[in-house]
Amino acid sequence: MTEARIERTELPEPRYEFGGDDHVFVELDEAMSFDANFQAMAITQQISERDIDGVTEICPANASYMVRFDPDVIRPDAMVDRLREIAAETDIEEYSWETRIVDVPVLFQDPWTHETLMEFRDRHQDPDATDLEYSARINGLEDAEAFIETFVGAPHMVTMVGFVPGLPWCFQMVPRSDQLEVPKYEQPRTNTPGRAVGFGGAFSVIYPVQGAGGYQLYGRTPIEVLDAEQTLPDFQESIVFPNPGDVLNYRPIDRDEYDAVREEVEAGTYEYTTASVEFTPDEFFEAPHEYNEEITEVLYE
Amino acid sequence: MIRVLDGGISTTVQDLGRFGQYHIGMPPSGAMDLFSHRVANALVGNSPEAATLEMTYGGADLRFEEDAVVALAGADMPARIDGDDVPMHEAVRVERGQELETEFTTTGARTYLAVVGGIDVPEVMGSKSTYTLVGIGGHEGRTLADGDELAIGENGVDREAVIGNRAPESRLRDFEAIDDVRVVVGLCDYRLTDESRERLCEVDWKVTPEADRVGYRLEGPELDFVEREQPFGAGTDPSNVVDVGYPIGSIQLPQQPIVLMRDAVTGGGYATVATVISTDRDLLAQIRTHETVRFDAVTVDEALEAREAAQADLDAIRDALE
Repeated sequence: MTEARIERTELPEPRYEFGGDDHVFVELDEAMSFDANFQAMAITQQISERDIDGVTEICPANASYMVRFDPDVIRPDAMVDRLREIAAETDIEEYSWETRIVDVPVLFQDPWTHETLMEFRDRHQDPDATDLEYSARINGLEDAEAFIETFVGAPHMVTMVGFVPGLPWCFQMVPRSDQLEVPKYEQPRTNTPGRAVGFGGAFSVIYPVQGAGGYQLYGRTPIEVLDAEQTLPDFQESIVFPNPGDVLNYRPIDRDEYDAVREEVEAGTYEYTTASVEFTPDEFFEAPHEYNEEITEVLYE
Repeated sequence: MIRVLDGGISTTVQDLGRFGQYHIGMPPSGAMDLFSHRVANALVGNSPEAATLEMTYGGADLRFEEDAVVALAGADMPARIDGDDVPMHEAVRVERGQELETEFTTTGARTYLAVVGGIDVPEVMGSKSTYTLVGIGGHEGRTLADGDELAIGENGVDREAVIGNRAPESRLRDFEAIDDVRVVVGLCDYRLTDESRERLCEVDWKVTPEADRVGYRLEGPELDFVEREQPFGAGTDPSNVVDVGYPIGSIQLPQQPIVLMRDAVTGGGYATVATVISTDRDLLAQIRTHETVRFDAVTVDEALEAREAAQADLDAIRDALE
C-alpha cells in the first residue's frame, strides 16, 4: 500500500450535452474518480427528490449522469437550467448515504469461465496466459493468486448499474496508486457465462446473464444479480439486486461452498448477507483502509 | 382470442414503452416506429397506450377466434383475410374463424397491427412491451411462435363505428423516400477529429444485417479519434470512455457506428458522438438492411420543430377519423 488516503480530485466544469431532443448527458469528468462518482450520485439523488415534471429517467453513471425527459412537458434548455441549479445546490462535503455492504462469494478460476476464456484466446492480448495471469503480469503482481488477493483485498463500490438489467460496474475502494487496471479483450467475446466476475478498465462487473462481453474473466459467483421472475427473497421489490452506492465484498470460496450456495439459489431460498451502514465520503477519503475494514467487519459478525 | 398460426420473422407485442427503469439497465422497449404504432391504434379508435403487434419484415399469420376489427400501419405489408386483400391504413372487420395472412413488407421494415381493445397481455413494470433479452413483458417475454394465443382487450370502442376508418395519405410517411435521419451532434463527439465529425454527416451509411431492436449496425468509411492519453478507468482503445449512460438513438463508435434502438444496452464504455432525434428514430426503424442512410445534423430547436410537425400529423389523422 503506497498511499494511506485518497487524494481528492478537483473536477472540471461539467459539460452539459443534448442527446437528441429528449436526453441531457452531463459529463462530470473524463477520468474516473470517487469524487466524480459521488457527485453523480448526489446530483441524481437530488433530481429524483425534486420530482420534476416531465423527467422520465434519471441515470447516474461512473463519472457522468444522464436524464431523459419528455420535451412536450419540459423544454431541453429548461431541463439543463434545472440541472445546473440542482448541481449548484449539491455539495458532496455534506453528503452521506445509507448503503448496503454485500457479501459476494466468488469461485475464482472456476471451470466455466476458464473454458470460455480458453475458447476465445485468439481475441486476447496474451493468448498464452489466462486472463488472471495476464492481469497479474501487467499490474506488476507475481501470479494469479497475488492478483486475486489484491482484487479481494478491499471492497468494490457499485458506481453504475446498466448495460443490461442488473449488471453492476464496481470501483475498488483504494487510492489511485493501488487501483488495478486492465484492458478489455481486443475483440469482444460472443459468449460469457452468466454470473461471471470480470474486470475491464478499472471496473469489476458481474454478468447477469449469458451473453457477449469483453472484460477479463476471473471467476463465477453462485448468486444472482438479476431475477426476472422475482422468486428469490431479495428480489421482491426489484428484479435487480445491485444499486449504485452498494459496497460489494468479493470473498473467495471453494467448489463445495459454490455448490451449496447454488443449491439454495435454485431452491429460491438464498438470502444475501448484507449489512447497512451510513457511508460518509469524508471519512472514507481520509483513511480508506481503516474505513473499509470497519464497514465490512459488520458483515461477518 | 387470436391464435398465432405462424409467428413470422420477429413479431412482438409492443406499446409506448416502459419508463423509470433505465438506471437499472432496463431499456424502454416499445414500438420501434411509435408513429406507425399510434396511427394503427388511432385507426381502430384505441388510445395510443394500447398494445399492438410489431411485425418485422415477414408478418405473422393469425386466426381470429372471435369477431374483431383490425388495422395495419407502417411498412407496406401485403395481407389477406380469407383470400381478400387487406388495405394498409384502414380499419377492417375480421369475423370469428377468419384467418389473416401476411407477406413480406414491400417498403419499410416494420408493420403494426392494432385491434379494437388492444392486445391484452399483463403489464410488467408499467408496460405491455416485450423485452426479449431478459424475457419480460408482451407474450411470455418473447417473439410470437406458432400456437400462441393472444387475448383481445375490451375498451368500449364501438367496432362497427370504426370499420372503414382510413388515414389521410398526405399525413403518412413514405418509407421509400427516407434518405436521411436528423441527428443532434454532441455527447462525446470531442473524441472525433474535426474531419471525421464532418464525415459522419456527409457520407452514406449502409445498414448491415445486424440491425434489430437493440441497435442498427452501420457500415461506411473509417472515422478517426483524436489521439490522447486515455483518462484513468476508460480502457486502452481510443474509442473507449469511462462508462456513460447511452441515450436512445445515440450513435456509438466501437469501430463502425451502431445506433442504439429501443431495446438498447443502457450504458457502456464506447464514445457516443450524436443522437438521432426522437421523431426520426421512427423513420430509422423503417430502413431496411442493405439500404443506406445519411445523418443530417440539426439543432435541438430544429429537432423540437420536427417533433411538433409529427405531432400535427398524428393530430390530423385522429381528427380525420372522428
